[in-house]
Amino acid sequence: MTQDLVVYVVFIAYAVGMLMTFGTLLTWVERKQAAVMSDRIGANRAYVRIPFTQIKLVWLGLFHGIADGIKMLVKEDFKPRTYDWYAYAVAPWVVFTPVLLVFAVIPFGGLLDPGRLFPSLAQWFGGRTYAMQIAQLDAGLLIVFAFSGMTIIGAMLAGWSSANKFSLLGGLRAGSQMISYELVMGLTVLGLILIFGTVDLGSMVQQQSGTVLGVLPAWGVFYQPFAAILFMTAAIAENKRIPFDLPEAESELIAGYYTEYSAMKMGLFMFAEFIEIAIVGALFTTMFLGGYNLPYMSDAGFTLPGGSTIAMSHGAVVVTQLVVFLVKVMLVCSFQILVRWTLPRFRYDQVLAFAWKFMLPLALVNLAVTAVLVWSHQGAPL
Amino acid sequence: VKKPYQRKQYWNAPTLTLWERAYLPEILRGLFITSVVFLRNMRSWVTGKKGALTTYYPEETRFDYAPLNRGKHVLTQRPDGKPQCIACNMCATVCPAKVIEIEAGFDPTDTAHPKFPVRFEIDYSRCVFCGLCVEACPEDAIRMAKETPGLPSEDRRQMWLTLDEMLTWNPQRDVAKPYPAAGGVTKIGGAE
Repeated sequence: MTQDLVVYVVFIAYAVGMLMTFGTLLTWVERKQAAVMSDRIGANRAYVRIPFTQIKLVWLGLFHGIADGIKMLVKEDFKPRTYDWYAYAVAPWVVFTPVLLVFAVIPFGGLLDPGRLFPSLAQWFGGRTYAMQIAQLDAGLLIVFAFSGMTIIGAMLAGWSSANKFSLLGGLRAGSQMISYELVMGLTVLGLILIFGTVDLGSMVQQQSGTVLGVLPAWGVFYQPFAAILFMTAAIAENKRIPFDLPEAESELIAGYYTEYSAMKMGLFMFAEFIEIAIVGALFTTMFLGGYNLPYMSDAGFTLPGGSTIAMSHGAVVVTQLVVFLVKVMLVCSFQILVRWTLPRFRYDQVLAFAWKFMLPLALVNLAVTAVLVWSHQGAPL
Repeated sequence: VKKPYQRKQYWNAPTLTLWERAYLPEILRGLFITSVVFLRNMRSWVTGKKGALTTYYPEETRFDYAPLNRGKHVLTQRPDGKPQCIACNMCATVCPAKVIEIEAGFDPTDTAHPKFPVRFEIDYSRCVFCGLCVEACPEDAIRMAKETPGLPSEDRRQMWLTLDEMLTWNPQRDVAKPYPAAGGVTKIGGAE
C-alpha cells in the first residue's frame, strides 16, 4: 500500500511538474516561434544578472516567462464593484483546475515495474507494476470530456460576474462557441472509440503499437485521418485560440470575459490557456499519434513490419517512452502555435456556422463511414 | 424629368474560386508557407547566421540610412577647433521638446565671437529629431548626421549628449563660410 502511495505521488509530481513547465515554456516557444516565422528575433531582453558580477544571462530570452510571472504577481489586484464577488473570485480557478485534472487519465508512459528498474527495491515492491498514468480509469475519454466541459462554466461565470458589458459578451460567445465545438470534438472521437473498442486511453495506446496495412504504424491518425483534422480544429476552437478567439477578441471586446481581471487572476486564465495547449497536444498524441510509443514499439521493444523483433531492457523502454511522449506533445503544441500565427480570426457568425454547418456534418459522415467499415469487418483486423 | 433616386450598390461579385472557397486547401497552403519560412529562418539561426530582418538596436547599426536622415547632432567647428556656436539660444528656443540646454560663456579675447557655449547638452531621451534646431541656427553651428545616437540606456540621466561628444564625434567644419587667414582684417582670438 505504501508502495502505491509512493509511486503515485511521484507520478502526480511528474505530471504537475510537466504541465507547469509546459505552461511557462510555451509562452517562450510561442513568442520565439512567432518571431522566427515572421522574420523577427523575438523577445530577448530579459536577463538574470549573476549577483556581484556584470554577467547577464539572457539565454535566448528564456527569462521573459519569469518576468511575466513576477509582473502578474506584483500587479494591483483590481476588484470591480460587482454584484457577485464570489463568482468573480472563483471563476479563474474553475477554468484552471479542470484543465489540470484532465491530465489525470492521460498515460505518459507504459507499464512501469519499479522492482525491475531498481533491483534493490525489488523485494519491497514485490512484483507490483504500475501503468504510468495518474488514474487508470476505464472511463478515460469520458473523464476528459467531463472535465474539459467544466472550463465553459468558468468562462461564463467570469463573463457574468464581472459587471461589464464586454465581459458579458465575451462570456456569451465563449459559452456558445465552446458548447458547439465540444459536440464536434466528441463526435470525431467516437470513430476512434468504435475502432479501438474502448474509451480507456491506456489500452488505446497499446493498440496503436501494431501495424496497419502491412507497413504503417497502427496510429489513430492512419485509421481516422479526417477525425484527426476535425479533432485538432475543434480542440483549438475549444481552447479559444486564434482563429477561434472570438470570446476574447481584443479588437472587439478588449479582453472578452476576462476584461475585468488583473494580476494573477488574469494570469490564471492565460496559464490555463497555455496548459490547455499542452493538454490538447497530449490528447492528440495519445489518440492519434501512438501515445508514448515510437512506431512499431510496445512495452517489450520493437516489432518491425517484417516480423523481426528488437528487445529492449525495461529501463530503456521507460526512458524512451517518457521522452517520446514529451517530444510528441511538444511537436503538436508547436503545430498549434503555427496555426495560431498563420490564420486570421473568423467572424463570430462564421465560427458558429463553421461548427454546425461544416464540421458537425463532416464528423457525422466520418462516424457513419467508420461504423459501416467496423461493422463489415466485425472481428477481422482492419 | 427627374430620375428616381437610385441607391448606389457597393456590392462586388465574389471573386473567390471554388478551390479557394473550399477553405481547407488554402489553409494548408498558408500553413505550408509559414512553416517553410520558419524552417528557413531556423536553419539560418542554427548554422550561425542571422535568420531575421530585424536590426538589433542599439547593438547593430543599419547600413541603409538615407543621407538626409536626421540622426545624431554634430556641432561644427571653426578652424581652430572651437565650436561655431555663439550660444544665441535660438535652437533651444525653437526646440519643441525643449531638450537643448546651453550655458553661455564670455571670451573677451575673441572679438569676433565673444560669446561661446560652456555647456551644450541635448537630452536624447526626449529629443524628437525634428531638425528645427538645425534650421533655426543662424551660424550653421548645429547639424544632424545620418547615424543614430546609440544612446539607449536604462537610466534617462545617461542619455544626455554633451558638448565634448558633439565636437569630437564625426567633427565637421563649416565649409560655407571662409575664414580670414591669421593676421587678417578681423582679429581672431586664440591660436590659428
